Amino acid sequence: MALHNILAESGEWLSGDGPQSHIVISSRVRLARNLRNFPFPGWAKKTDRIAVLECAKPQVESLPEMADAYSAYSQDLSALEKQVLVERHLVSREHAAKGVGSAVVMNRKQTLSVMINEEDHLRIQGIRSGLQLKNVFKLVDKVDTALGERLDFAFHQQYGFLTACPTNVGTGMRASAMMHLPGLVLSEQINQVIQAVNKVGLAVRGLYGEGTEALGNLFQISNQITLGEKEEEILTRLNKVIEQILNHEVNARASLLQKRPVLLLDNIGRAFGILRHAHSMASKEALNLLSCLKLGVDLGFFPEDGRLLVDQLFMETQPAHLQKSSQQKLQAEERDTLRADIVRTKLAKFPKPDGKKAIERGKDERKEKDEKDGGETV
Amino acid sequence: MNCDVCKQKPATVFLTQIVDGKMQKVNLCDACSKEKGVTDPKGFALADLLLGLGASEEMERGGTGLKCPMCGFSQADFKKTGRFGCSNCYEVFADGLEAMLKGMHKGTTHTGKVPQRLLKARQHADELKRLQRELRKAVDDEKYEVAAQLRDQLKHLEPGAVGEV
Repeated sequence: MALHNILAESGEWLSGDGPQSHIVISSRVRLARNLRNFPFPGWAKKTDRIAVLECAKPQVESLPEMADAYSAYSQDLSALEKQVLVERHLVSREHAAKGVGSAVVMNRKQTLSVMINEEDHLRIQGIRSGLQLKNVFKLVDKVDTALGERLDFAFHQQYGFLTACPTNVGTGMRASAMMHLPGLVLSEQINQVIQAVNKVGLAVRGLYGEGTEALGNLFQISNQITLGEKEEEILTRLNKVIEQILNHEVNARASLLQKRPVLLLDNIGRAFGILRHAHSMASKEALNLLSCLKLGVDLGFFPEDGRLLVDQLFMETQPAHLQKSSQQKLQAEERDTLRADIVRTKLAKFPKPDGKKAIERGKDERKEKDEKDGGETV
Repeated sequence: MNCDVCKQKPATVFLTQIVDGKMQKVNLCDACSKEKGVTDPKGFALADLLLGLGASEEMERGGTGLKCPMCGFSQADFKKTGRFGCSNCYEVFADGLEAMLKGMHKGTTHTGKVPQRLLKARQHADELKRLQRELRKAVDDEKYEVAAQLRDQLKHLEPGAVGEV
């Protein structure tokens, strides 16, 4: 299967039909594994890296889960193709920087990808739409078990699975959810939430992982601890925290509708205006404005059938996707112009935001709630 | 996860800094983070001082000049990269490792998944040990009938294992 065929279809996680997918964009789980008798990729000589690659790649390709897979050596992928894979979260930024000695194997649905010779010999990753960490874990766990029967994984009696970085040792598992949290950002509660999440030993990161900005009100919540807790325990704890954040976001939105409707109308209205009429737009700006538009769809300011278009624009306006669609490498300025053109064209028939109904409904709900609360105290 | 400075209170501020392309991490409790001015964005440079208390220092306590015989990785390399060279490094640098892992994780013992192959081998070894222990006890207690049964089980499990008793 050729890469362009795979990339012509958007991944399963982008379709947005998983549980709670309006707010939880995707769930991701990755396992880090290494082969016993080889140095870790960052320290290994090229011959060792190639030996690992030639040993592991056929095993990964022969998995039943990879029956309809795309597989490529890193040196055979162009910089642009790699960047497209990064934007789809199918390879990490670190892996995209690799050349000879590394490879990636992914399934057609783009729910499973195995990076060979990233920071560790194997990074087995699953990604699905919405909040379904346990399902994603089941998938990568199955793949890991199958590979563990054929490959001699480095495993220590006390420390568990050994990884290049000691922050991953033990389960080698990093689980994360990508959340869209404009309500918490607009109501200025996000910093409190981040602090609270950090307090329970979980990390909050930006769109592309460690050290990246939280663009488009998108946040990744993930576990930090990999040693001393079972996989299921880590997932349960993470899931609980994500559900709480989800509730906070829902409440923040309801509260904004009731108490600060003008703030919402203004943000969504401005985003709509700029997206519809701009002629040059950087990807950061696009993400932030599209986030407001997405919030507008969630709140019913825009019709529900506009959702897919907005979700697609999130991906299509990313630098590599933009260049891929135009079939050429573009300078930053040209990209910004093209981005604005695409957004304007795609949103040409998008209706104006109409917040009246949603705000009325918000008021009614509040009234009902007040009456109910009042009734209870009597 | 405890604070890297006072080592007593739980860490609530997790600082990751990239200096010259190297990633450094430090975990602080509320009080220490305020004291060191980490929560103030202008005070971030102070973190450099704090990072001296990070992982690489813990490793050095395990002894300097150590090198992994398998891959040639040294303490200095760990300080530079924050990564190990190969799986054997976990044995070579075990001394400093415990303290470092304690700071990063919940304890230092893996409780999760075990690869199927090892699981079988481990169960086998555990069963072997149990039978040998019971056999020894039966012999000591002069319960020869039980001992004979156990010996047969052992033989079945692993021919040759009986001789070790």
